[in-house]
Amino acid sequence: MISISHLRKAYGDTVAVDDVSLEVAAGEVMGILGPNGAGKTTTVECVAGLRVPDSGTVRVAGLDPRTDRPELTRVLGVQLQESRLQPKITVAEAMRLWSALYADPVPWAGLVERLGLEDQAGSRFRDLSGGQQQRLSIALALVGRPRVVILDELSTGLDPRARREVWQVVRDLRADGVTVLLVTHAMEEAQQLCDRIAIIDHGRVRALDTPDGLISEASAATVTSFTAEEPVDLESLRALASVSSVRTDAGRVVVEGRDGAALEVLERLARQQVTPHGLRVVDGTLDTAYLQLTDTREETPA
Amino acid sequence: MSTSTNRGTTPGTAPGTSTATPAASRTSPTAAVVRTEAVLFGRELGSLFWIVLFPTILLVILGFVPDFTEPDPALGGQRVIDLYASVVVVLATIMAAVMAMPSVIAGYRESGVLRRLRTTPVHPAALLGAQVALHAAAVLGSVVLALGTARVLHDVPLPGAVGWYAVALVLTTAAAFSVGAVVTAVSASARVVQTVGTVVIFPLMFTSGVWMPVQTMSGWLRDVVVATPLGAASEALNDALHGLRPDLVDLAVVTGWAAVLSLVAVRLFRWE
Repeated sequence: MISISHLRKAYGDTVAVDDVSLEVAAGEVMGILGPNGAGKTTTVECVAGLRVPDSGTVRVAGLDPRTDRPELTRVLGVQLQESRLQPKITVAEAMRLWSALYADPVPWAGLVERLGLEDQAGSRFRDLSGGQQQRLSIALALVGRPRVVILDELSTGLDPRARREVWQVVRDLRADGVTVLLVTHAMEEAQQLCDRIAIIDHGRVRALDTPDGLISEASAATVTSFTAEEPVDLESLRALASVSSVRTDAGRVVVEGRDGAALEVLERLARQQVTPHGLRVVDGTLDTAYLQLTDTREETPA
Repeated sequence: MSTSTNRGTTPGTAPGTSTATPAASRTSPTAAVVRTEAVLFGRELGSLFWIVLFPTILLVILGFVPDFTEPDPALGGQRVIDLYASVVVVLATIMAAVMAMPSVIAGYRESGVLRRLRTTPVHPAALLGAQVALHAAAVLGSVVLALGTARVLHDVPLPGAVGWYAVALVLTTAAAFSVGAVVTAVSASARVVQTVGTVVIFPLMFTSGVWMPVQTMSGWLRDVVVATPLGAASEALNDALHGLRPDLVDLAVVTGWAAVLSLVAVRLFRWE
């Protein structure tokens, strides 16, 4: 549904996007993660037709964002980062205006309700909180029944409750078969919502996999933690091949390692006659995977 | 141009009930943009005051200056108040095109409204067109109010050469908007627009004759002023008000400035 091939975009001497290729299947929720200045926003702006790539090609539903703008705007909904509306326009007026721009708009009252803005229908844009402005912006991106949606910094500035509501909206989009390109900083958000995640750094795709795939690739796929009354020989745990790090954290011993590290740790503890208490074995988080991929980029083939 | 804002669906159509509205009965995107901008313009009470009311108020007050209502042989028998009837019309165009509109457009550009609209089926030019149309409509309202009031209160004649007056008014408005467009185009932010606008507005007011009508100027000052867009506009409007065909040189000066400045603005304008 979205096809990006060898995209490159520089602003003067600064290369924002070096070489990004990405295929997003129809109905897929693709997350784009990466540090600030990694080229995430420039990439999606090229997809939205707001910027002209220096080289490479972009296709959205077979359309070229540069030359097929009228057709593109009918299939693509865009929520931009830091985009504001007319200061004195009300929520209802904005929704009504945007509805009139599309041939078959979603009934906007329902959309406003799903985003928790029904009490603000008569409020002017400048009087809305940052989170409310953000939710209105999302509603506007969806009102035209897009087949593809770009959401840039979806939940920035939202309180936890509003964030859940917005996440549900993305899940509903997915259930409806809409293709979503989700730019985010929030690992939890990416992990919860995305079918696949592309980690972008320095204008290149560093990794592209499912959230689980990214986590299990990382050296901290599982985290084993416990307390013990007996002294624990941490060095002997560190010596295990599957273990990547051992530390004590508020009295608990925390061992990070690859899949299967937990069993080896327990075996080693039994040999040391140590009885672990409050034992917990959990999946590693995307955070660790992300930090590894964006830190050690020289070792990661693009 | 203002009638187009009224067509289309009634604003009260209940949202959420009309999923199957036939396309023909729906508001066209451009009409929806114009209608929305009209509502928003109606909330700009400050702009409306300066564009629509202020020129008339000024004209009414000047009419109470005793000397201004005496026919002056040096002015070919015209009274000073008669001259001011044209000056305040030019003033209305300055207020709309240079004071009010550039900061609106620059604000839209700065806050990303234009950019956001680029991702929808309507081109952001529709928004600029709507703003120009609405501000021009306000100018027209201001002109009608000023001339009507002057006629009733101070016995200033209504335009004698209506056709020529319309031509002069359209050209004057075009020239003023082209100045405003250049101000918007050269300014990087809404803040700069305010500053540049304030700097530009005083010479514009002077050349249009707010402090002394162009016809009362003499020598090199008059030669310079009638070569400026709004000085020539004042002359042309005054001629047409008194039933004369405006000097073609004046009309050419106004048209020339409008064309050149519009071209410059289009070349320099950035959408974001």
